[in-house]
Amino acid sequence: MSHANPQRLPVSDHNAALRERQVVVHDMSLRDGMHAKREQIPVEKMVEIATGLDDAGVPLIQVTHGAGMGGNSIQHGFALASNEDYLKAVIPRLKQARVSVLLIPGLGTMRELESAHDCGIASVHVATHCTEADTAPQHIDFCRKLGLDTTGFLMMAHLNTPDGLAAQGKIMEDAGAQTIYITDSSGYMIPQDVIDRVEALKAALNCDTQIGFHGHHNLGMGVANSIAAVQAGATRIDASVAGLGAGAGNTPTELFVAVADRMGIDTGCELFALMDLAEDVVTPFMDELVRVDRESLTLGYAGVYSTFLLPAKRIAARYGLSARDILVELGRRKMIGGQEDMIEDTALTMAREQGLLDDPAA
Amino acid sequence: MTDKIGCAIIGSGNIGTDLLYKLGRSEVLTPKWVVGIDPDSEGLALAREQGVKTTHEGIDAILDVLEDDGVQIAFDATSAYVHPENSRKMNERGVLMIDLTPAGIGPKCVPPINLQQHAENREMNVNMISCAGQATIPIVYAVSQVQSVDYAEIIASLASKSVGPGTRHNLDEFTYTSSSAICEVGGSRRGKALAGINPAEPPMIMRNTIYCLTDDAPDRQAITASIQAMIEQVQEYVPGYRLVNGPVFEDNRVAVFMEVKGLGDYLPEYAGNLDIMTAAAAQTGEMFARRLLAGELTLEPVEAATS
Repeated sequence: MSHANPQRLPVSDHNAALRERQVVVHDMSLRDGMHAKREQIPVEKMVEIATGLDDAGVPLIQVTHGAGMGGNSIQHGFALASNEDYLKAVIPRLKQARVSVLLIPGLGTMRELESAHDCGIASVHVATHCTEADTAPQHIDFCRKLGLDTTGFLMMAHLNTPDGLAAQGKIMEDAGAQTIYITDSSGYMIPQDVIDRVEALKAALNCDTQIGFHGHHNLGMGVANSIAAVQAGATRIDASVAGLGAGAGNTPTELFVAVADRMGIDTGCELFALMDLAEDVVTPFMDELVRVDRESLTLGYAGVYSTFLLPAKRIAARYGLSARDILVELGRRKMIGGQEDMIEDTALTMAREQGLLDDPAA
Repeated sequence: MTDKIGCAIIGSGNIGTDLLYKLGRSEVLTPKWVVGIDPDSEGLALAREQGVKTTHEGIDAILDVLEDDGVQIAFDATSAYVHPENSRKMNERGVLMIDLTPAGIGPKCVPPINLQQHAENREMNVNMISCAGQATIPIVYAVSQVQSVDYAEIIASLASKSVGPGTRHNLDEFTYTSSSAICEVGGSRRGKALAGINPAEPPMIMRNTIYCLTDDAPDRQAITASIQAMIEQVQEYVPGYRLVNGPVFEDNRVAVFMEVKGLGDYLPEYAGNLDIMTAAAAQTGEMFARRLLAGELTLEPVEAATS
């Protein structure tokens, strides 16, 4: 790669404390981005994007179905290939990057994880809702026994208090997780929310346990929140090249790396290579531009799970409803990740109440 | 008939305690023992209040008194990890085991579908699958009775407060057992089960969504009628079993959205998952008990050779 070295650009002087801080960037475009592509990323395209990320120095890349292990389903959509097919195609092509997967207990199982391990993965996000960490200890323990870099991933973290989240993180740490993530699945948080949670985790966890932040850009805060997390002590940041992810996307990798460079935070990633990958490969491949629009802004504003965006739009069109109304109602009913079936259920109930359903068995 | 068949409940958590309430109302079963492992268990205290013998020293503490206390049926509401050993010990002493864990070592039972058959086969271990299995497999079966189902998928949403540590530690077993039961009992060629735990306050009532992919275009009228008839059968033992939306047809996909409101025996009404599991287990125990009382069934010790 012969891009200009972004490290030569002038570094802001306002953040001397962050200078030389190392942050591990974990790209989500080939897992969270599957949601934005309705799980329809061909194997060759995954290889193309993954090798681009590898060339740009991204150290960790998450791959597979948007819902991770066991994700292929009516509930979460069927991908173009099996998780194993994606992993087997991508992993041998990478020079330095390591590959991770997502495992949500209740959806994915240890059998599926073992199969992914056989394909050569190095790292796992073991994910639960932010109050249900005690569904994960068996899985976390199993990951550690397989020798995997193991993260406890607390989703929809805005729905728990900083102390409550820290207690949940402690359960995962006790089970063996080496990193605990604050996962802003709804893109609802603002920087102070992130800082409060990072500080609570820091106070509760062992000093050698890493803290991570996974942002969504629904309020346009993905980069600001990630930087706030780093300033408060996080050392791992999830991001997606070109923002390819659920809702208004994840924190855009190239944008985070650019700001990190300006602040002197060391990500080891090459900015111009990421910019080119985003502009030339990923953005033209989007079905619709991943951006803050009326519906994705609704997710961030109402605290709704980002993955609900596209199914809500599809179902709204089917029943003649407003997607925003459906999303707001899902937020009011406190639906969380994994309850995608409740989008159609909620829409049906709304349509009946509005007299839009002629035939109850329509 | 005034006699009742004595039974034991192994496990004093949410499921065991809810079951105690239901068996306490039974005309043919009477709970004699509740077995726990924690002296401070709320479930054991409630059992003692109802005059039922308890121990916090595990199943071994009652093995020698089973015969004297007339225990012929045991309900295991512990964990998939310990169920096989519990079952072996009970079966060795001629006690029939009804398994409420997702261990699934015995044939899987959904009362309106195959309970009669298991009773006639004189099974010594019957597995109740999972709460989600009890709530969804009747619907899969109702569709597969009309036309062939290639794939069925069920999604259970449970209130966090209704899910005890046993279930939380057995999510993989829940998935495996429920998925295979969708095929073995529900009649689908392939099956998948998903579970989610929702901490909303006030707690959400248990919800279940059932998707079936039929081989040919679905016969909407026949499937709708079959589902309605099945719901009425389940309502006989779970009054809070209710269709919320559907069936909705989209190409070959049939979608049914159910709610299970519990009777509020141990945990409040939101815990329909407890209710449908314990009601199905109580139904199963009662079917065997009636046959024992009528002299149509006698239980014999099972040789310990199998493991």
